[in-house]
Amino acid sequence: MSKPSYASVQVGDEIPSLSTEPITRHTLALYCGASGDHNPIHVDIDYAKESGLDDVIAHGMLSMAYLGRLVTNWVSQESVRELKTRFTAMTLVGDTVTCRGKITEKFTESGENRVRLELTAETPREQSLVGEAVIALD
Amino acid sequence: MIDKKLIGYEFKTVTLPVEEGRLRFVAKAIGEKNPIYSDLKAAKSAGHPTLPAPPTFVFMLEVDAVDLQDLVQLFGCNLGQLLHGEQGFVYHAAVYAGDRISVKKKVVDIYDKKNGKLEFILTKNDFINQDGVKVAETTTNYVIRN
Repeated sequence: MSKPSYASVQVGDEIPSLSTEPITRHTLALYCGASGDHNPIHVDIDYAKESGLDDVIAHGMLSMAYLGRLVTNWVSQESVRELKTRFTAMTLVGDTVTCRGKITEKFTESGENRVRLELTAETPREQSLVGEAVIALD
Repeated sequence: MIDKKLIGYEFKTVTLPVEEGRLRFVAKAIGEKNPIYSDLKAAKSAGHPTLPAPPTFVFMLEVDAVDLQDLVQLFGCNLGQLLHGEQGFVYHAAVYAGDRISVKKKVVDIYDKKNGKLEFILTKNDFINQDGVKVAETTTNYVIRN
């Protein structure tokens, strides 16, 4: 991985995007087991319907993990200082998730050069997550 | 309505092992193909002592520490009403397979919107490793649909 440097990046730069395969029920079953989030609303359609939904919904944290991948594809994880998101819409079975990041600020904090990235995740219908990351760059 | 007296409630601290097999399973589940997250040899070649945990992993420990069913029960709700509103991570040090992480979870705010139709439970969580190092902090905001 060629490492971006503080001097080489500018506010407004976009980092390489990431798009997933369509989310399947199998994807959600794997994430349910691996993550420890066993809320049946993500894997049991009967439970989802009883809860007033038409079908199961994807874990918000699965999409946040995709945003984590977006960031660690760009820089190594040791450089990541903060990651935060707001979940703005549901992600459904069959959705692809497209993750994007854009540099919004260059600043110095705790003696380090850092950049702030605006992060978004989108399904084919709408934005599903919005957030930011703070990355230390040499 | 959720009892606001629960603001300040601290869950019992739980110490959990970070298992190598779990990290492989997580890498598979999130589609992480970078071999440092699943192949010990690749991780070591990249300078890691064992497999590193990916950025959102400590949230999984948070869920292990306080089961979602127990969480919603405390607030008098059920799982079907629970949504995740916001999630934040602040990182101080890496988490690796073989670590033992203590999870300290605390309720810091409870509020509602839309005349009580939506209630919010804000928690803060500290993650401390076997050497006493605070490796990460999270802010977790749950939404209850009434």
